[in-house]
Amino acid sequence: MEEFLPPPSPDEQEKQLATERITRRTFMMNVGIALNAAVGVAIAVPVVAYLLGPVTRRKEYRHWIDLGGTAEFQPGETRLVSYRNPFTESWDGETANIPAYVRCVSPNEFVVFAINCAHLGCPVRWFSESQLFMCPCHGGVYYADGSRASGPPERGLFTYDVKTEGGRLRIDAGQMPTLSNRASNEPCSQRPDSGSTQIVTRITSCPGTNEPTIG
Amino acid sequence: MPWYKRTYDWLERRVQLEGPVKEAALHCVPRSTASWWYVFGSASLTLLILQIVTGVLLALIYVPSAGHAWQTLQVLNHELPLGWFLRAMHGWGSNFMVAVVLIHMAQVFLFGAYKFPRELTWIVGVFMLLLTMGMAFTGQVLRFDQDSYWGLGIGASIAGRIPLIGGQVVHLMLGGPIISGATLTRFFALHVFVIPGSLLALTGLHVWMVLKLGINEWPTPGRLVRRATYVKEYNELAHKDGIPFVPGAVWKDLFFSAAILFAVAFCAAVFGPYGPGGTPDPTIIQTVPKPDFFFLWIYTVLSFLPPSMETPFILLVPPIAIAFLVGLPLVAGVGEKSWWRRPVGVFAVMFIAVCWAVFTHLATYTPWSPKMDAWSGDAVPVSYLVHRTPLERQGANVLQEKQCRNCHSLGGQGGQRGPALDDVATRLTEDQLIRQVLLGGGNMPSYGSTLSPPETTALVRFLDTLHPENEPAAGDASRGVAATGNLPAKSTIEHGGGQTPTR
Repeated sequence: MEEFLPPPSPDEQEKQLATERITRRTFMMNVGIALNAAVGVAIAVPVVAYLLGPVTRRKEYRHWIDLGGTAEFQPGETRLVSYRNPFTESWDGETANIPAYVRCVSPNEFVVFAINCAHLGCPVRWFSESQLFMCPCHGGVYYADGSRASGPPERGLFTYDVKTEGGRLRIDAGQMPTLSNRASNEPCSQRPDSGSTQIVTRITSCPGTNEPTIG
Repeated sequence: MPWYKRTYDWLERRVQLEGPVKEAALHCVPRSTASWWYVFGSASLTLLILQIVTGVLLALIYVPSAGHAWQTLQVLNHELPLGWFLRAMHGWGSNFMVAVVLIHMAQVFLFGAYKFPRELTWIVGVFMLLLTMGMAFTGQVLRFDQDSYWGLGIGASIAGRIPLIGGQVVHLMLGGPIISGATLTRFFALHVFVIPGSLLALTGLHVWMVLKLGINEWPTPGRLVRRATYVKEYNELAHKDGIPFVPGAVWKDLFFSAAILFAVAFCAAVFGPYGPGGTPDPTIIQTVPKPDFFFLWIYTVLSFLPPSMETPFILLVPPIAIAFLVGLPLVAGVGEKSWWRRPVGVFAVMFIAVCWAVFTHLATYTPWSPKMDAWSGDAVPVSYLVHRTPLERQGANVLQEKQCRNCHSLGGQGGQRGPALDDVATRLTEDQLIRQVLLGGGNMPSYGSTLSPPETTALVRFLDTLHPENEPAAGDASRGVAATGNLPAKSTIEHGGGQTPTR
């Protein structure tokens, strides 16, 4: 005797169809979500490059800048100068005018310090009478040669690379110096001998020179 | 049926919001929560709305261009009717908002409201606090004056301390190699779109959870929170001894919000807008940058940290603090809610409050900073110069001219970086003074290379006169021996007496 399974009742058929429909539609929905995710990722990933523009644009932020004739600086003098930052837009206004201190050691020997305190970047002020740079923010003080005298900075003032060409003084500058973005390639190269009168123990001004000099 | 009723019905049939709104408004809250202590959350929301409204109004004029932002603020301050008032409302609203949010946080902590089942409400709140601080900082940047320029410099210098990627982070933050137009536009986008958008979204979530989980009941000592029973106990409390939120509790919120709005408007009208200070021209270095009120404590902390601790502290402490706040309800989510039985929590709040107040107070007069114009501005008190020899008076000149006053005060005037010199002669002998001046030490620069021998002699002679009349200058016993050839008289201590020397 053959066994006949009863046919699904109309209710059961409807239910079965409904599950099938739902599964198929759920599948389609999932495909739709996946499509959106794929398109979204395809659009968003290149936009990350837009956001990272200031970092990935890696021509170095550095350019030789003319600070004037070498004759304008008297030996033994430290003078405040300013230059127009070479990486600038027209809407930057006055913010692209960057100050720096030029110290003329002898007629053709120059040291150029960044204005920014090595502690937290505030503008240091030069006092020629006491031959000190003082910072108004947290009280960092530096000697005339830029080395740390007292206060919270852990190193001396940042210096720019300097060259003199045809009687013109040029510095290699372009970015705000921080402990990661040094002003010059070799942070210690421009440091002159600090003289024999400084007996005070100082924190070394160049910790870890193997750090990247540019970000 | 009057026309407005018909209009309302027409709208309601379409939007159908009456049900959910009524449900939210009339839900029962425990009677004890209809308290003046529960008004700070709603006041924060009121202030957020005020900030959005005034912010939008300011954005009608403000130009986020490094070359023009400062001028547009001048236009707002001086040329547009009530422009100054809107800037003042926005600035004072910001101060009030940070303050009220902090009070709200302290209240919620002390009332144990972060415990089960409201852990996530607290965690979301922590991020709302961070976003509020973010709004305050980016808002200070948009003012784009000298303080904001150098504040960005401080931010970049902090970012530059991050190991390995610090340089990239600085350029990402500044939008380029220096603080410039690109920096301002990205902080504008943060202040106007990113942070307020996130803040609004989290506010919605925060309020939603307060509605769903119920407002925290007034804590009773000994009534512990248990995961198994809390929700049942709370519902009993809310329904057996509860009152509808509207109007039972909401009237206090409304009164307080009105008072806060009035206070903001009052401060705005009386004290006016913040700045802008000097133009954001970095070549003007005659500036003493200072952060806004709610960041003053950081200013103090950064000046007191020893150089070796600075970078680890700046980079490690904020993440640890945030992790602590986020982890708090997950670790201490059950148990006692009442402040009467949580002495550690209460003392932690008091300790943080006292530290914050002391740091903020110190930052208002920055004793660690040299006073840049003291050497030319603050004269030596005349009484310190009468009956002095020409050499000693010349020493007073040297003291002024060599900027000693920038760090040392005389007669209460001058810098406070170093000790006051009014009675320095009682502390240091002549030889010690010479040594200290020439070699420095103890956080003082050495002046060996900038003082000539005659200047040093004059300066030390003058310093040696700085002692009270009834208290002699400190002397070196060996000088007496060298001068007279006699040993000094024996002190009583050598006779077995006390500490008083015989004269």
